[in-house]
Amino acid sequence: MKEAILRVKNLCVDFHLDNRIIPAVDGVSFSLAKGETLGLVGESGCGKSVTALTIMRLLQMPPAKIRNGEIYFKGQNLLNMTDEEMRQIRGKNIAMIFQEPMTSLNPVFTIGRQISEVLIQHQNMPKKDALEKSIEMLKLVRIPEPEKVVKQYPHQLSGGMRQRVMIAAALACEPEIIIADEPTTALDVTVEAQILGLINELKSRINSSIIMISHDLGIVAEVSDRVAVMYAGRIVEYGDVHSVFTSPKHPYTKGLLEAIPDINMNRSKRLKEIRGVVPFPDEIKEGCRFKTRCDYVHEKCLAEEPPFIQVGNNQVRCWNYLSQ
Amino acid sequence: MLKYIVKRLILMIPVLLLMTLVVFSIFYFAPGDPVSRIAGPNVTEEVYKSIQKKYGLDQPFVVQYLRFLKSVAEGDLGISILQDRPVLEMIKERLPVTLQIGLLGFAITFAIAIPAGVAAAVKKNTAVDYLCMTGSLLGIAVPTFWLGMLLLYVFAYKLRWFPISGDGSFKQLVLPGFAIGLTNAAITARMVRSSMLEVLKQDYVRTARSKGLLEKTVVYRHALKNALIPVITLMGLRLGWILGGSVALEIIFSIPGIGRLMVDAILSRDFPVVQGSMLVLTSSIILANILADILYAIVDPRIRYG
Ligand SMILES: Nc1ncnc2c1ncn2[C@@H]1O[C@H](COP(=O)(O)OP(=O)(O)OP(=O)(O)O)[C@@H](O)[C@H]1O
Ligand SMILES: [Mg+2]
Repeated sequence: MKEAILRVKNLCVDFHLDNRIIPAVDGVSFSLAKGETLGLVGESGCGKSVTALTIMRLLQMPPAKIRNGEIYFKGQNLLNMTDEEMRQIRGKNIAMIFQEPMTSLNPVFTIGRQISEVLIQHQNMPKKDALEKSIEMLKLVRIPEPEKVVKQYPHQLSGGMRQRVMIAAALACEPEIIIADEPTTALDVTVEAQILGLINELKSRINSSIIMISHDLGIVAEVSDRVAVMYAGRIVEYGDVHSVFTSPKHPYTKGLLEAIPDINMNRSKRLKEIRGVVPFPDEIKEGCRFKTRCDYVHEKCLAEEPPFIQVGNNQVRCWNYLSQ
Repeated sequence: MLKYIVKRLILMIPVLLLMTLVVFSIFYFAPGDPVSRIAGPNVTEEVYKSIQKKYGLDQPFVVQYLRFLKSVAEGDLGISILQDRPVLEMIKERLPVTLQIGLLGFAITFAIAIPAGVAAAVKKNTAVDYLCMTGSLLGIAVPTFWLGMLLLYVFAYKLRWFPISGDGSFKQLVLPGFAIGLTNAAITARMVRSSMLEVLKQDYVRTARSKGLLEKTVVYRHALKNALIPVITLMGLRLGWILGGSVALEIIFSIPGIGRLMVDAILSRDFPVVQGSMLVLTSSIILANILADILYAIVDPRIRYG
């Protein structure tokens, strides 16, 4: 395996609310190799954004609190860094694209300024050069008439255009890691395909690693090298994209795959869905997190949480594979 | 934008007309006779008539009012009954003093309210926040004229750092400027704080942090510029209050500003002076509001006036 640029170890993040503690991320570990794209999938509320924001150290604390874990970026634990050290990494070494393009740009600053400020901050670029580079970046993300757009404000652009601007700003300093948190969820399908194509193309150009977060397995399958499937604050299956998609092991992964519509599918066959809803992170105190929705649940699952078990090429948290 | 400004200026006319009509009617119908005030009680019929004629006071209401409007339109605000000088000249003498107090008050407002409000928001629920908010509550509870008297007593009477009365030199304007600035800063700081708290939660502030910008850039540029938008509106609305406060303070500090001029004129029924100073005060409040709206559009690019 190639050298890991990011290594997350046993990350646990709680939200301390008035009357209870919600373990939103509970024991998440994964690594990201240089030039690799890691897909992070799971239903809404399973802790994907919290994981991403913790890596960026952008979570509001309180209410959030990191109970445990280490995040190594090129051998240094990000969680032990001072605010100032972390600030210098953000935007320069690790950049993030957010889920909400409509609200993620500052309404009172021009597009040009919002891209060039990253360059001015991290590369000490003079204002004029930074603006020129911003125009170049806008060209790169295929925004028409970039010279005009740099002078415009966010409200003058569509959602797809705004997300392209976000991508341009995130890529401006050619970061080693890009965290894309559902970059296309708020956009329509044709725009989605364009944006994904763009991210893939730009990634190979600057050879950065990507954490691609999505609740859509189709997207993850398209762009990732490896996949981590999250459920209720934990990773339940982990492996390379081919083996996870062709031979899923965890009942949850199987369920997710069966819920994807297939164009070649027989019309008479109904789409399957996973029964029940995601439990709230603090609902399940013991046993497997998926026990309330699993079709293969047995006694052991109710009492004890499964560890990772190597099954074929995948790591799976499921008691059903213990015998193999 | 230009079209909008012109429109707003034209809309000023009916407001000013209404204002002058109200002031005019009050003076016309209120008891008390300006002529006998000038001439004294033991005046002959002949002299009385001539004075009445000189100021046009013998004409019916409508004629008097229309005459007044005509001369205003020609830039003539009439002649003071008491001092026998052109009203415009008197206002020109007094207006700069009042404007200086107002501007000083504004400068002090912003110099205190913005850092205090931002600090309170950023350090929410800490000693800094409680200190700022307690100070602000105190400032809201204290009336401006009372604070003015307090400042006058401590800094002019006891410490003798500033003159107790005078001719309107800048040194004399400092204390009233502070009285206005401090009370106005109290309410503004609260507004800045709550507006900042709202803005700091926004996604674009998180984006700014994700770019690795300095925290002071995130707070004082990205967040503050957005947070100031509602504050500008508030300030536009507070202008009338500031000028009103200045009138009271000019009397306490015996400063020859336009507020003093107007109050003296009301007491002595010097009608042209009252009308003239009201006209100037009202116009400046409306103009300042237009200015606030223009500023609003400059800060917030989403606002487009048509
Ligand atoms: N600010 C917060 N305060 C309290 N709880 C929070 C907060 N942010 C997240 N959570 C909790 O953390 C859990 C994980 O949230 P997260 O945003 O990571 O989900 P997600 O996987 O990104 O979902 P989505 O697909 O909807 O973006 C949720 O159950 C949520 O209730
Ligand atoms: Mg999310």
